[in-house]
Amino acid sequence: MRALLRLLPGAWLALLVAAPLVLVAVMALSWQAEGVPPYSPPWAGEGVNPENLRLLAEDPHYRDALAQSLVAAALTAGLCLLLATPMGIAIARAGRARNTLLGAVLLPFWTGFLIRIGAWIGLLRDEGWINSLLRALGWIDQPLPLLYSNGAMLLGMVHAYLPFAVLPIFAAATRLDPVLEQAAADLGATPGRAFVTVTLPQLLPALAAAFLLVFIPAAGEYVIPELLGPADATLVGRVLFQEFFQNRDWPVAAALAVALLALLIGPIILFQRLGRAA
Amino acid sequence: MTPRLSLRAVTRRFGAVAALDAVSLDVAPGEFLALLGGSGSGKSTLLRVVAGFEAPDSGTVALDGADLAGVPPHRRPVNMMFQSYALFPHLSVAANIGYGLRREGRPRGEIADRVAQAVAMLRLDGLESRRPDRLSGGQRQRVALARALVKRPRLLLLDEPLGALDANLRERTGFELRAIQRESGAAFVMVTHDQAEALALADRVAVMDRGRLLQVAPPRELYERPATRFVANFLGAANILPGTRTADGALDCPEAACTLRAAAPVPPGTLAAALRPERIRIAPATGDNTAAGTIEEAAFRGESSLLLVRLPGGALIRVSHAEEDGAPPPRGTAVRLAWDAEAVVPLAE
Repeated sequence: MRALLRLLPGAWLALLVAAPLVLVAVMALSWQAEGVPPYSPPWAGEGVNPENLRLLAEDPHYRDALAQSLVAAALTAGLCLLLATPMGIAIARAGRARNTLLGAVLLPFWTGFLIRIGAWIGLLRDEGWINSLLRALGWIDQPLPLLYSNGAMLLGMVHAYLPFAVLPIFAAATRLDPVLEQAAADLGATPGRAFVTVTLPQLLPALAAAFLLVFIPAAGEYVIPELLGPADATLVGRVLFQEFFQNRDWPVAAALAVALLALLIGPIILFQRLGRAA
Repeated sequence: MTPRLSLRAVTRRFGAVAALDAVSLDVAPGEFLALLGGSGSGKSTLLRVVAGFEAPDSGTVALDGADLAGVPPHRRPVNMMFQSYALFPHLSVAANIGYGLRREGRPRGEIADRVAQAVAMLRLDGLESRRPDRLSGGQRQRVALARALVKRPRLLLLDEPLGALDANLRERTGFELRAIQRESGAAFVMVTHDQAEALALADRVAVMDRGRLLQVAPPRELYERPATRFVANFLGAANILPGTRTADGALDCPEAACTLRAAAPVPPGTLAAALRPERIRIAPATGDNTAAGTIEEAAFRGESSLLLVRLPGGALIRVSHAEEDGAPPPRGTAVRLAWDAEAVVPLAE
């Protein structure tokens, strides 16, 4: 019985993680074909197909998509960090209001994701609230092109991922000993110096964890660039969608997914290490 | 001479509770003062007011005559050794000690020299590159002391500096603290709840209770002449006999069935007298300052025995019987006790 229980997590991982990964990896080495599913695996006669991965390496379209995704994810994670650091520390020090503020950070999680994106569209579009207000005030004649811009995309991404950054920083900030900042002040550190030399270094593992916690999922984001971003923002998620559903080239889509995973393995390992260190 | 630290009617309230109630106190340059009191006596609040972490509601705090009102902690030439030591966990021992000098913007060479001196003075050699979590309790205590002393403060505040050490280390560290204080020439203000520690280390002891300063005196005087029942109680071991003042300045103690007469007539308002166990002897005397009693318990304590003697009035008093006077009488013996007028300490309140 106990042996069975011990097997359960392994079986779980095999079924829900390893199997799909193997499936995607096999698909990436397959040939595009007519039929359902639209590919023929390496053992169907044509052998292993190295072209999909080579295409990714050589075709600037795919390389750009991967690079753009990493840049967008890094910008998102950086902006999240900039906002989440003061938020996390302030919430940890809020005393009685702590739980209320923490609830306010988590509240958007409990509303529909698409509804929230829809709300941004309602605010940002040409006839949206912001443009209407500016026009009513007489500050502009033509609506500002707010929606379908890189700014709107980043705004949506930061909005969606901010709680992931706030939580680890908050958790680390609650463990800080407030006496240490007093000791720094006592030894002649201004509040700013005390923050930089005493508080921030202790939060460093949490800051790195928060960055990666946003960066890793943001790199594969599809919905937000699609709904808020400009048409030429061909992030990897979007390209993947196009290959998969529009070109029905499952092998290239799979190869793209494998490439993204390979790029993220470094950050993921780093994140695991930080988790163990903290 | 201007006092190093001067407090005038300093009051600090937390809600309805006065943590400090009109405290006035002077500390001379080079003096070692102990603030002695139980938890909630206000002694730690007093330290935090001097360090600048708490602002007094009223009253003034002055250092060498300069008012410290509104001066933030990082600009006060006062350093504090925190009860928890508050070492920076991400910095090495050397970096912890040098932290305050770097904040002063001292040149690297000077910082290195002064850190090395502090390391040598507090016997931390070989530990310079360790992190605080790899140090023993005694080592951490010395790093905390070095970190505060290296800034050469005019006044060092110590919050229960020996509190986290075990009994063996405490005595030795106490002597070291005393030596370091003499060597550095800084005034020390130490908070402690341990009366033995306060009496052993300080030049003067200030006893606090519920935000008020009850008595400030050198250890010997405080021990011999406690001013109030609370002080006598807090310093421990004294017999406290409540009584009523007679017209001629003696104290009538019904509990002890005797009359206590001090060297001088006791002042009006005297409600009790303290009598040290070691000042009471077994002697066949009669009259004032003598009492009859029965030995109820006897405990051997090495150089002396502690006797518990029941008096006819119901009081149980402690008598210290020196070994050099021979073995004490056995339990159940009826004895007569006597003491000198100098041993009677009148207590107000």
